Amino acid sequence: MSDLEKLREKFNEWVNEVLQPTIKKAPEIKPRFFSEEGLEIKGLYTPLDTEGVGWDYLGRLGFPGTYPFTRGVYPTMYRGRAWTIRQYAGFGSAEDTNSRYKYLLSIGQTGLSMAFDLPTQLGLDPDNKLAWYEVGKVGVSMSSVNEMDLVFHEIPMDKISTSMTINATAIEILSMYVAVAESRGISKSLLRGTVQNDILKEYIARNNYIYPPKPSMRYATDLIIYAAKNIPKWNSISISGYHFEEAGATPAMEVAFTLADAIEYVNWVLERGMSVDEFAGQLSFFFAARTNIFEQVAKFRAARRMWAKIMRDRFNAKDPRSMMLRFHTQTAGVLLTAQQPLVNLIRTTLQALAAVLGGTQSLHVNSYDEALSLPTEESVKLSVRVQQVLLYESGVIDTVDPLGGSYYVEWLTDQIEEKAWKMIDEIDRLGGMIRAIELGYPQREIARAAYEWQLRVEKGDIPIIGVNTLIEEETPSIKILRVDPKVRERVILRLEQLRKERDPMKVRDSLNELRKAAEKEDVNIFPYIYEAVKNKATLGEISKTLREVWGEWRAPEVY
Amino acid sequence: MSLSAAEVTAQVRSTRRKVLVSKLGLDGHDRGAKVIARALRDAGFEVVYLGVHKTPEDVAEAAVEEDVTAIGISILSGSHLELVNDLIKLLRERGINVPVVVGGVIPPEDVEELKKLGVFEVLTPGTPLKKVTEVFERACEVGSA
Repeated sequence: MSDLEKLREKFNEWVNEVLQPTIKKAPEIKPRFFSEEGLEIKGLYTPLDTEGVGWDYLGRLGFPGTYPFTRGVYPTMYRGRAWTIRQYAGFGSAEDTNSRYKYLLSIGQTGLSMAFDLPTQLGLDPDNKLAWYEVGKVGVSMSSVNEMDLVFHEIPMDKISTSMTINATAIEILSMYVAVAESRGISKSLLRGTVQNDILKEYIARNNYIYPPKPSMRYATDLIIYAAKNIPKWNSISISGYHFEEAGATPAMEVAFTLADAIEYVNWVLERGMSVDEFAGQLSFFFAARTNIFEQVAKFRAARRMWAKIMRDRFNAKDPRSMMLRFHTQTAGVLLTAQQPLVNLIRTTLQALAAVLGGTQSLHVNSYDEALSLPTEESVKLSVRVQQVLLYESGVIDTVDPLGGSYYVEWLTDQIEEKAWKMIDEIDRLGGMIRAIELGYPQREIARAAYEWQLRVEKGDIPIIGVNTLIEEETPSIKILRVDPKVRERVILRLEQLRKERDPMKVRDSLNELRKAAEKEDVNIFPYIYEAVKNKATLGEISKTLREVWGEWRAPEVY
Repeated sequence: MSLSAAEVTAQVRSTRRKVLVSKLGLDGHDRGAKVIARALRDAGFEVVYLGVHKTPEDVAEAAVEEDVTAIGISILSGSHLELVNDLIKLLRERGINVPVVVGGVIPPEDVEELKKLGVFEVLTPGTPLKKVTEVFERACEVGSA
């Protein structure tokens, strides 16, 4: 009798003689248990769920830093280097944001993450009529290279890495950053950071697109190619599942749609004649961390294993770096409650733990007050402290992938992977992600999952403290951050000043050159935008030029 | 006062339940708006879903065109006071008096401010769909009166 057969026999014996009589005497708290993915969870996992189904260690896990990277992308993980503590921040004017960044660095943050206001994300200057209500509200207003210079006043751009949540105007914003660095004598070859530059997820979930999908893809591809050749330490894209999760996606959907987007980007860059190992090492990822710890850890591990396989087998990558899924994590904003807001601190701590157990490279922890408004200095400090408690006090960094080998977590990892492959196959069958988006497939799946989740909450199947259980009749009295209403006037004044002081001929010429480049399909537009930015063309002017060539996208509304 | 079944039916029939659901401003987070549009549809409301990136003018025009009995607005960008103020002004200018319900990330002290502007009800995160439906039922009663 093999060891496994013996185990099976003993296991059945235990079920019949120990488990069943116990349940008969004292039933479990509910008849069946389900994960957020909808997987039915058993009361116990054993080697019968891993080795018993033909699972092998080297094939499924391997060693950290080697294919298939399930256990982590680096051999020593946090024993060698901590994850980057990187809180997404920015509001009001450049000065407000500069002082928030300095504050964050002073309390131990190790990387910056820039939030831009909606006009900036949509290529509108602050004096545009459509921008009127939104200047400086959810991020910093960034209309020209001068504003970027102010944001980074007295911040060492050669020492710190900066992540930028910017997509439809990613080249403009990255150009501003590079231009400011170069004006300070820092070569772009030294700059470290990330631009989100993931336009596909905007059509699926986040809705901050400008142009139709195809010119937008060309724009994103231009950035990836330019960075591969000129800004080698920069992550040229952060392919994002976070926004799918926030919009309602299950963990497997989050993995599947993110990797399907990634496949589309790789195809586009290959189409332009690059070889995969020339750019793939600069692709990075972004996921959410929810409170359901084990399934989240499984999600991160499955995503790593799948990406390695995609890069090796589908795209024939040879460089291990091309196969590494390096990712940033943000705790799930949708799980914050406006009710009993301090309870959010407990939730985000568990979410951050899931991200770290899942092997993240950098982390943002939401602040407890963010279901009500932007975080205050006091609340964001606690978010940083959550990360520091994990890092310094919890011992989770002492070994690599501490949950690896847990029968349960390995089983979950396999399940998430299997479900995600099915969705990727479906997207392949439809003809790739752009076609799938045109057909509304990912949008519909996410909207359906969001609605089903809400119904489970309504029924009480998913308990949420303060919302459908342990409810308190209280209005939270917490300090709220207000954006200074004078911000709009202030940034518009500076914009008018810039328009007066710059050389109008240079601006006009560089915008004309950009227009010509955009009209062609085989020209990289990055250098043209960079030139316009250096000549002090505004974000709105550059974006307007491109809108005139490429048009604007109006989405079909599905709900 | 309790109504007979026939009277209830008659009253329900006299209440037109046509709701315009829209995002307002540049904020693209539409999960809440979509879930509410779908919940109202499933509860028997006629729903016109306008989508993202709508200006106060867009919403006011659609409200006239579609002849709705209530409006649901979702805002998560923090610009709710100015946006809703302008929306209500434009609606009144067009002679539309249907109730406006606002949902989103709204700090507690702004709830009263919004109501002062004439907002019918403010729904913050975590509101059960059952309550959302009830609020829109009351809103539609007022809006079709």
